[in-house]
Amino acid sequence: MKDNVIEKMDNLVNDLVLNIQGLKRPKLKIPVRSLSNVEYSQEGGYFEIQEKLKIRSFNVNTIKSFAQTLKMMSLSKELIQTNDMATKRDVYYQSKNWGNAKFDGQPESDDVMDDIEAMFYTIREELKFNPDRDGSAVVGNIIIKEKDRETGEEIRIDCAKMGTGGYNLPSNVENFEFETKAKYILAIETGGMFERLAYHKFWEKQNCILVLMKGVPGRSTRRFVRKLSDLYKIPVYVFTDGDPYGWLNIYRTLKVGSGNAAHVNEYFCVPNARYFGITAKDIIQYNLPTHKLKDVDIKRIKDGLKNDPFVKSHPDWQKNLNDTLKLGKRAEQQALAAHGLNFVMSDYLPNKLNNPDDWLT
Amino acid sequence: MSDVDKIFNNNNEESIANKMARAQKQISVAEFFSKNRHLLGFDNTRKALLTAVKEAVDNSLDACEEAEILPEITVEIIEISDNHYRLVVEDNGPGIVKDKIPHIFARLLYGSKFHKLAQTRGQQGIGISACLLYAQMTTGRAMKVISRTGDHELATQMELKIDLDNNLPQVLKTKEIDWYKSNGTRLELDIEATYQKGRQSVDEYLLETAMVNPHATIIYTNPKAEQVIYTRITSKCPTKPEEIKPHPYGVELGTLMEMARKTNSKTLQTFLVNDFTKVGETIAKNILAESYLDAKLDPSKMSMDQLKILKDAFLKVKIPSPSATCISPIGYELIETGLKKEITAEFYTSLTREPSVYRGYPFVVEASLLYGGDIDGFRILRFANRVPLLFQQGACSITKSIQEINWKTYGIQQSAGSLPNDKLIVLVHIASVWTPFTSEAKEAVAHYPEIISEVKAALQQLGRNLNMYLSKKNRVNVELKKKDYIKKYLEVVVDAIKELKSDVNTEELEDNMLIILEQERNSTKMQEKLEDFKERMKNVKSKDPLNPSNSSKSKSQTKLNKDSDEGNEEDDRDYDDKDYDKEKDYDSEDKE
Repeated sequence: MKDNVIEKMDNLVNDLVLNIQGLKRPKLKIPVRSLSNVEYSQEGGYFEIQEKLKIRSFNVNTIKSFAQTLKMMSLSKELIQTNDMATKRDVYYQSKNWGNAKFDGQPESDDVMDDIEAMFYTIREELKFNPDRDGSAVVGNIIIKEKDRETGEEIRIDCAKMGTGGYNLPSNVENFEFETKAKYILAIETGGMFERLAYHKFWEKQNCILVLMKGVPGRSTRRFVRKLSDLYKIPVYVFTDGDPYGWLNIYRTLKVGSGNAAHVNEYFCVPNARYFGITAKDIIQYNLPTHKLKDVDIKRIKDGLKNDPFVKSHPDWQKNLNDTLKLGKRAEQQALAAHGLNFVMSDYLPNKLNNPDDWLT
Repeated sequence: MSDVDKIFNNNNEESIANKMARAQKQISVAEFFSKNRHLLGFDNTRKALLTAVKEAVDNSLDACEEAEILPEITVEIIEISDNHYRLVVEDNGPGIVKDKIPHIFARLLYGSKFHKLAQTRGQQGIGISACLLYAQMTTGRAMKVISRTGDHELATQMELKIDLDNNLPQVLKTKEIDWYKSNGTRLELDIEATYQKGRQSVDEYLLETAMVNPHATIIYTNPKAEQVIYTRITSKCPTKPEEIKPHPYGVELGTLMEMARKTNSKTLQTFLVNDFTKVGETIAKNILAESYLDAKLDPSKMSMDQLKILKDAFLKVKIPSPSATCISPIGYELIETGLKKEITAEFYTSLTREPSVYRGYPFVVEASLLYGGDIDGFRILRFANRVPLLFQQGACSITKSIQEINWKTYGIQQSAGSLPNDKLIVLVHIASVWTPFTSEAKEAVAHYPEIISEVKAALQQLGRNLNMYLSKKNRVNVELKKKDYIKKYLEVVVDAIKELKSDVNTEELEDNMLIILEQERNSTKMQEKLEDFKERMKNVKSKDPLNPSNSSKSKSQTKLNKDSDEGNEEDDRDYDDKDYDKEKDYDSEDKE
């Protein structure tokens, strides 16, 4: 894989140079990263990137982005050859040495990085660019095994002994190995809910693994969950707030990927995830305290119904979204506390587990 | 001349003015004056000074032009005490005969130009005698006049006042003196006034007067003893305007009725030929044919309906524009030369339109646009018959015309419906035998559609010239920016390629990339460079047989073919300008 990336880079540069020598306008072909260029694959269970390419040819208007793309490729090549790594933030600061072509802000730098990733159909980790650390945490019946970089000795991390705080995943989990007999993984949106379940050792009673996503899960969290579910065939249940953000941003991204990262969904999606969180039906059934839908919520739902290939392939989700529009309300995870602080553990989650027919795909 | 003129004028016309004049006889001139100060331009002390200067200078210029002398006018304002100023104006005109001096300066509205259908400044003013009247009422001092005609050894010096009860001149002193000038007139007047610089000041008025009278030299000394000399830029006197008859287009029904009633012609046919300009036998026949009126009709006995039919028929017949001999435009070259002397701009454009007609009066519009340079904001310079219009800008049809133009089309900033907001000066000069003003103060041109459309047409034409200049300037700027932009990033591109592929010839890469970039910017330039490049390649070939350029070429060919075989490409055309658009489209859709 390592040689593969370098080979792809060399091919691209050779091609550029040949074009320039022949006085032909060089161009970069980059897969379009957006919802318009993905399709929901029923077999794969994720957003599959389609064939739309944007072609950036070398001219006055693109010369700056040419300079930046090539410079970043050069940096990646150097990192691979010296077995080093850099975070996205590091890359942004590295660009300050690129003279006029330096980035004005990190979003600009991240964008070029995504382009390169897509151009080589690889993941950023292979380019030795690591995502920044996120706020993820893991507790439960699992032992994570990592190799000491200097001594090669195995480091064993027992996530049953991480207390309430949990183990914070590093940005790159590619080389991790695991030992677990857990029955399922529960991925949780908010820190508050995670902590309650961890504090009361919900994982011990249920023999499961709790993963805190902290909003839309970062790449390493998604990769971690994916690897576990692949290797041990453990079911993944996702527990979010009952609102469009929880459904269409958090759950949908974890399960099938996103448009912007269309080229890497294959590696990061968790197709066998099931939705365990609050639904429109729950709001009525449990008589939960609610908030009115905000304008952005309504817009998000309508947009999802109209444009999201995932929603369009899943009638149960369409129903939930339409019901929510009719209801005009949303509820947070922690609204369950209205029925007692531990209601979630004593009633809500066991009920969910016992009624697979109610789960959303 | 204003209606006030008419009031005092002893003419034979059976007009309302005349009737009013009879009624006015009972009221003393002084009383009339103090009641109607604002009509005469003496609203306040600041404006009084300007009005006095204006009357004296306009008289001098008219007198010089009448005698075809190149004017040289000295204006001096001396502060005598607070609010009291002495105005001294001296010209090199033909001078005034001794007997006439008292009547011209000390009798209200003597020697009217009212009936003349020809372009003069005099129309503007209310007469120098009104200034003397104002002086008498504020300082009580007499006017001192020195004048010498070319054929006299000595000059006449007189001190004058107006006998307010009888509107008759009162000569206080008179004597014959030696005078250094062979001909000319000098007057001294003490008035209550306020001197200020800036807009609507004497300074401004004289500057603008100099601009539209390029044949005049004006030497001006202000109360602070600062002297400005506006030297003439042409030694050609303006052509002497001729009197003309009304033109059928634009004659109004009321005027037509007056003309028909008073004409000496016995038939309609002769009335048309004799009383209108540009109407000959043929055109008269055409008009009669269009109107179905009898050629032998007695014009003075025509009914209102018949006259209406006649007036409508005028517009259906092709009649040449009135001769412009009655008008003396300044000429766009001279206007522009005058402007260049006084205002440093980046771009000047000027024109003189063909004569046009309103109400049967011919007029000519001349205009200039000045852009950039020292100009710090928008300004209008309005002129009627070579006289600056400093007041009531908002009420003037020149201003209205400017507002009605969409200046954005010409690359000038403007919020819709208002005046432009840019580094721009608009000059408009309307030369006409009879300029219609909105009020007796003669400070704004009335809103006649014919005048507005002519002014607009002039400015739009100039706007196009300005736009051509601005877009050219813009292109050059963009070009410079692009060059700079390429320079900034090209070296980084080359640097990165060098890092990724150490065995490249960076100089060759940079040269070639420049050629590729030039390709889109300038195809001819590219051709030249290509030729140059081929020339160099030949040299390389002959020098270095081990590295024939053929091999690299064929290699790139196969590589390209391979690419298209792989499919996946959305489009494999040669990309030029469209790429950038695609790029933009992508950027907007990309963000999730």
